[in-house]
Amino acid sequence: MNSREIDAPDFRYIGKKRRAKEHPRFVSGRGRYVADIALPGLKHVALVASPHASARIVSIRTEAALAAPGVLSVLTGEEFCANTDALAIGVDAPKVTRYALARGVVRYAGEWVAAVVADSRALAEDAAELIEVDYQTLPHVIDPEEALEDKTLVHPAHGSNVLYRRKFVWGPVEEAFAKAEHRIAFRAVWGRSATVPIETFGVAAQWNPGTGILDVWASIQMPKYPDQTARALRLQGNAVRVHYDVDVGGSYGVKRGIKHTVLVGYLAKKLGAPVRLIEDRLENMRGGDMQGPDRFFDMRAAFDGDGTIRALKIRAVDDVGAYAGRSPFQLGKPVTAICGPYTIAAIEYEPTSVMTHKTPQEAVRGFGQSPTNFAIERTIDRIARHLGMDRIALREKNLIRKDQFPYTIPSGSTYDSGDYHEVLGRALAAADYPALVRARDEARRAGKLAGIGVSTCLEPSGGNSAFEVLMNPKMENTTWMDSCLVRVDLSGSITGVINNSSSGQGHESLVSTVLGEVLERDPESIRVVRADSLTALPSNSPVGSRMAIMLGGAAAGAAKAIKANLVAIAAHAFECSPEDLEYKSGDVNVKGAPARRLTWDQLVETAHRKFHKLPAGMEPGLQAKFVWEVPTGGDLPTPEGRIQIYPCYAFEAHVVLVDVDPETGKPTIGRYVCGHDCGVMINPDIVHGMTYGGIAHGIGAALYEKFAYTEDGQLASGTFMDYLIPSAMEVPPLAIVDHCTPSPLTTFGQKGSGEAGYLGAPAAIANAVNDALAPLGASIDALPMTHLAIWTAIDGAQKKAS
Amino acid sequence: MRAKLRCSLLVNGERAEALVASYKTLLEVLREDLGLTGTKHGCELGECGACAVLVDGAPLLSCLELAVQCEGRDIQTIEGLAKGTELHPLQAAFADHGGSQCGYCTPGMLMTAKALLDGNPDATREQIKEAISGNLCRCTGYQQIVDAVRLAAARMKTR
Repeated sequence: MNSREIDAPDFRYIGKKRRAKEHPRFVSGRGRYVADIALPGLKHVALVASPHASARIVSIRTEAALAAPGVLSVLTGEEFCANTDALAIGVDAPKVTRYALARGVVRYAGEWVAAVVADSRALAEDAAELIEVDYQTLPHVIDPEEALEDKTLVHPAHGSNVLYRRKFVWGPVEEAFAKAEHRIAFRAVWGRSATVPIETFGVAAQWNPGTGILDVWASIQMPKYPDQTARALRLQGNAVRVHYDVDVGGSYGVKRGIKHTVLVGYLAKKLGAPVRLIEDRLENMRGGDMQGPDRFFDMRAAFDGDGTIRALKIRAVDDVGAYAGRSPFQLGKPVTAICGPYTIAAIEYEPTSVMTHKTPQEAVRGFGQSPTNFAIERTIDRIARHLGMDRIALREKNLIRKDQFPYTIPSGSTYDSGDYHEVLGRALAAADYPALVRARDEARRAGKLAGIGVSTCLEPSGGNSAFEVLMNPKMENTTWMDSCLVRVDLSGSITGVINNSSSGQGHESLVSTVLGEVLERDPESIRVVRADSLTALPSNSPVGSRMAIMLGGAAAGAAKAIKANLVAIAAHAFECSPEDLEYKSGDVNVKGAPARRLTWDQLVETAHRKFHKLPAGMEPGLQAKFVWEVPTGGDLPTPEGRIQIYPCYAFEAHVVLVDVDPETGKPTIGRYVCGHDCGVMINPDIVHGMTYGGIAHGIGAALYEKFAYTEDGQLASGTFMDYLIPSAMEVPPLAIVDHCTPSPLTTFGQKGSGEAGYLGAPAAIANAVNDALAPLGASIDALPMTHLAIWTAIDGAQKKAS
Repeated sequence: MRAKLRCSLLVNGERAEALVASYKTLLEVLREDLGLTGTKHGCELGECGACAVLVDGAPLLSCLELAVQCEGRDIQTIEGLAKGTELHPLQAAFADHGGSQCGYCTPGMLMTAKALLDGNPDATREQIKEAISGNLCRCTGYQQIVDAVRLAAARMKTR
């Protein structure tokens, strides 16, 4: 159910409904996932995991396992760590070393201690049970605030549990707080959740001693993956060949199994046999290192009685678990949208990344932006409640106006374009807001609890990963390109070559649509294939909502080069200038003389077969590559930490009605509307699909999903029976209302949208639950707002009242 | 326990014989012994629905059923859903409506939806949601899946 009111430019194929390229193989069971790849003689890995959150490994006895049927090898950290290099760390913390297998010390329950390779996974698991490990338990720290005290250190060599801390001050924050008529302070808590794809992570590797190449097939979504694999294995970069023609069964950020890959690569090379590790569900949730942000925000806001928000102070403490990886950078992305969609002139932001004895954190959809949006949107609602002001009026007062773009926020990022008031207005109209208010008020009169939630949030997209240099000056990285190679063969067929695996984002559809648009050829006839990492042009993989912008831009650039070649061939034939020609659906004719025309087939044949008819200096054949760098990128941060990372900013406005059962605390979403503006949509069905999925994921983060830990550091939610991802019964009908404000920075006006829905849903739902609780004088600022948490808040308020 | 048994299965209308360990699940035998990798494993605990196949017309989680228990029963997998190269209306509707994104839950979802429509061609939106509530999907939010099942049901009736 979508309202299509697009004022976008007129395109031939872009924005039109079309069956996605990928779908026919998925619906017929012909997707090719890592577990489907049959390698003759394949051997299987099972793992031994630490039962303790913190312990010294005293001894490991492997003899019985080695003697078990079908077992080829048992590997422990001593051998593995001596023969491989530690995994890359983002922030400047060289002593927080991390390997796939623990050596000497375990730092979280579930950490891998030994790996068994056998003829089947079942035999490997049986043998793994025969491995005896003696541990001496050590003190552990699970609570991030306790960890900040540094009484118990996760990595003593690092000297502190703090991986990163900095206080950024952008604008006259103290002055604004001193002068403001009102101030509030509260804590917002984002619970530890993640994306938890239905396919767990898997990787298979095969070493060929004849070529000296390690072939890798993996369910991967990770920048620099081949490079990091080679480095850790002490191989040349061109000794690792990652096959990108592997379908990935969902990722949304987390499928970065670099530790799995180094382990399997090492075993494959050592054993001279193909080796595979497919996580089981518990390994995925616990030892796979793919949990998400676990963050609290101490929020302070300064504002005037008329609703003008003058300044924010945000202290964000993120518990990244036992190792670093790239996870601290998830505090960096929010720098680029730190005031949300609002004209707030002064911001103080103090991100702190702290380690505890929990499963390490990995990138999750939005890379830290959704928790930040939640904290900002709770602040907006709390300001409204403090002032007795309507929440929508308060937002409308502070939203950046359409005529203010491009708009530079205090942290130095410039928002490209938008019409936030219009999108919010459309969402409210689609939800029939007055009717929603009547429904809520009627429910309240009938003795029920009901609330409306609104959120207005940004999706920064297409970035250059410069939070790396912002948070670690030793990493002077500003390049974050993507590429496309386009070939037109002798038959005139077009093939686009892309350089990464996909996990459901429809990149084959994206590229075929873009190539078809530029070359004016039917996308149905265009094939899109994937290089492997040895034949690939540079790519940074589908992270940060970047592919519509970056791969779309690269494909368009390559197609334009093909088109220019065709026109040049025709100009040579007609002895005229290219400006005198027009290109129509692949044919080229002299302007005003349609009969003086060369067809697509003729031009293609000339390019491939008739060197004597090519313009001097033209390369024969018909192929072009284009490597595109992030628009607006390339600058290092200023000393105050002002930086531009993301070129494009999509916007979403959510309107939600939630009923809460006062007896049980159970929330039910009755109405859900999302107004969305991500510029020009290349494949609207794909954008809508990802947005629906993002909202559902946001419902999970808001109400159900939590990696809970016991006091002794055990993961208490390692199955789908206790880590609750929404089923069809928990997701209400979702309505999306589109609006289109093209980006001035991209090829077709597109913005990124892979994280859409998720970036605003938790905030809106949290606001709705709080609106429902408002008549009781209760509030909740911690996610997930489980039935129990809501019931506890209701119960507490009732006891207080009585 | 490790002794192998001859297991005779009727899969997608064809008789298939395999020599399998007695502890192997139907999922493992389909994927590893018969090469039918369209059926997926997501949790192997009966919690996600990715491995759903039809046994005697009803959805069954193949990760929880031993293959030897399925002797003589009529097993349908995603590979048998199309008629030759012609997609089943559910498959066509999923492809047209964005019913799959990463594609991983799709085979289990389609088989579950087929069982529903075979028994109830007029299934309502709520009945569809209830029928697929044991099939977890992380990409779609179920919206386009439910739409696709409704579209397929409508197309099947006008045939």
